[in-house]
Amino acid sequence: MAALAGPRGERLLAWGLLLPCLAVVCAFAFWPIVYSVVLSLHRIVLSLPGLGAPFVGLENYARLLSEPGARHSAGITLAFVGASTLLEVSLGTLMALALDKSFRGRGLVRAAVLVPWAIPTVVASQMWRFILNDRYGLMNWLVFGGDVGSYQAWLASPGWALGAVILADVWKTSAFAALIVLAGLQTIPRDLYEAAALDGAGPWQRFRHLTLPLVLPALAVALVFRTMDAFRVFDLVYVMTQGGPANATNVLQFYGYKKMFAEGFMGYGSAVSVLVFVMVLAVSLIYLKLVGRRLLRGETA
Amino acid sequence: MKRRAWPWALAAGAICALSLAPFAWLVLTSFKSAGQVTAIPPVLWPGGGLELYRSALSRFGLMHFVLNSLLVAGGTTVISLTLGTGAAYALARLDLPGRPWLMGALLLVSMFPQISLAGPIWRMLQSAGLLNTHLGLIIPYVTLTLPLAVWILTSYFSELPRELEEAALLDGCGRLGALVRVVLPLAGPGMFTAAILVFIYAWNEFFFALLIMTRRSVQTLPVGIALFQGQYTMPWGEIAAASTVATVPLVLLVFLFQRRIVSGLSAGAIKG
Repeated sequence: MAALAGPRGERLLAWGLLLPCLAVVCAFAFWPIVYSVVLSLHRIVLSLPGLGAPFVGLENYARLLSEPGARHSAGITLAFVGASTLLEVSLGTLMALALDKSFRGRGLVRAAVLVPWAIPTVVASQMWRFILNDRYGLMNWLVFGGDVGSYQAWLASPGWALGAVILADVWKTSAFAALIVLAGLQTIPRDLYEAAALDGAGPWQRFRHLTLPLVLPALAVALVFRTMDAFRVFDLVYVMTQGGPANATNVLQFYGYKKMFAEGFMGYGSAVSVLVFVMVLAVSLIYLKLVGRRLLRGETA
Repeated sequence: MKRRAWPWALAAGAICALSLAPFAWLVLTSFKSAGQVTAIPPVLWPGGGLELYRSALSRFGLMHFVLNSLLVAGGTTVISLTLGTGAAYALARLDLPGRPWLMGALLLVSMFPQISLAGPIWRMLQSAGLLNTHLGLIIPYVTLTLPLAVWILTSYFSELPRELEEAALLDGCGRLGALVRVVLPLAGPGMFTAAILVFIYAWNEFFFALLIMTRRSVQTLPVGIALFQGQYTMPWGEIAAASTVATVPLVLLVFLFQRRIVSGLSAGAIKG
């Protein structure tokens, strides 16, 4: 083999095949991140081009720390991430346990579970907005029946709106968590269960001492994956609530989007975007650490 | 285990119902008449036929959005798969120093929040005159789907038997020849899996589409559906019809290729 291509020729070909992909990723993913950091150190107001783009150091970050709106958004983001991730992973685990059993029509059930994952988020958002409508939504009818007087404006009440967005997210993405956990469940050898059953372990004991420890790595991966995705929530908020009512659902990614593109504060909005990036990066690094060993093993395999 | 199968079957039934019912309600709504859409108590049996679909087509230009979505999602799939296949082959088979770092860097890209790329990408596209063009939207989509494509294809290429290529190499094919003549024909299923996932991503994406496509004539389906606006009331019926049109292809993909999608997702998420 080496005699035909030569190790140098082979390496050259490898880089040649890799280059287009790396060029795209560097130009449109890594460079924009650097550029965002640069923008965040300048004062840029799109509606006032006469201002130019003076360098202001860390001013935008100082403002980010002191601005109540930004702190509120950070709090909302953490509440959304915490609640939706925990719900999704626990529901996903239950779903995975059910899907792991063999029964007739299992393929169809799995496909049905994938439907919410495949639906465009915008469609899911409009769907929930319709179901949660204050006058003719299905939810009000299911909860209150004909008692129109007690109908709730779910999306317009600060107490319910975040819950509604979380509900929509849980509906849409629990299946994804379930798939990851399911993949973990299926690596557990079946004869372990039989051996445990022969030793007199009941179903709960089998779950607690056999399934749970073995599926824990997959669970961790599902948790981290969902956390990262939850930090990036945008579509649901844009369509369902526009960040309202009274900023009750104004998550950071939406806050930054509005600052940058609706209000034109490119510099300050970039500071917000860098903050979101750092939060997601922290979670991604945890993830890479979790799968890191597999990555290295892939090299030798 | 057989004796105790029914509680799990029941649970599976409940999971199906909860997964499908909300969307089924939207599909049902799309076949109602305009008056039935907002009726209380809700009308269970629709009586509008295709009325709302006709209205979505004529009053909201649904076809336009569908065409834009097809163009952008199709273009993204072709470009992302082309670039991804080369990269994945190099990563799976050829001698590359720092391979785990490259794979890790790609994985990192798939986790970047859209907002952190938005400002710079918008400015780059603006100065290149690519705002409100299909290519302008395809560029960020290819960037964000490449990691997924490369991960799926790399894990697929690594599983192909090396002997086949070695035979081709001994026959004097050369590496590139072996890739094109031996590996690619065998890689069909892996490429198909990657293509499905990339297509779904591009078909569904909203953030960049909203940002880059401000002109109605070039907007994709998600943007169209998010911005559907009636003069006085929300056109829920037309939204339901357009949503059904946007989702039916995906539901079909899911039911036809459930196994592939699951294996592709887990290649991207956990297998490495």
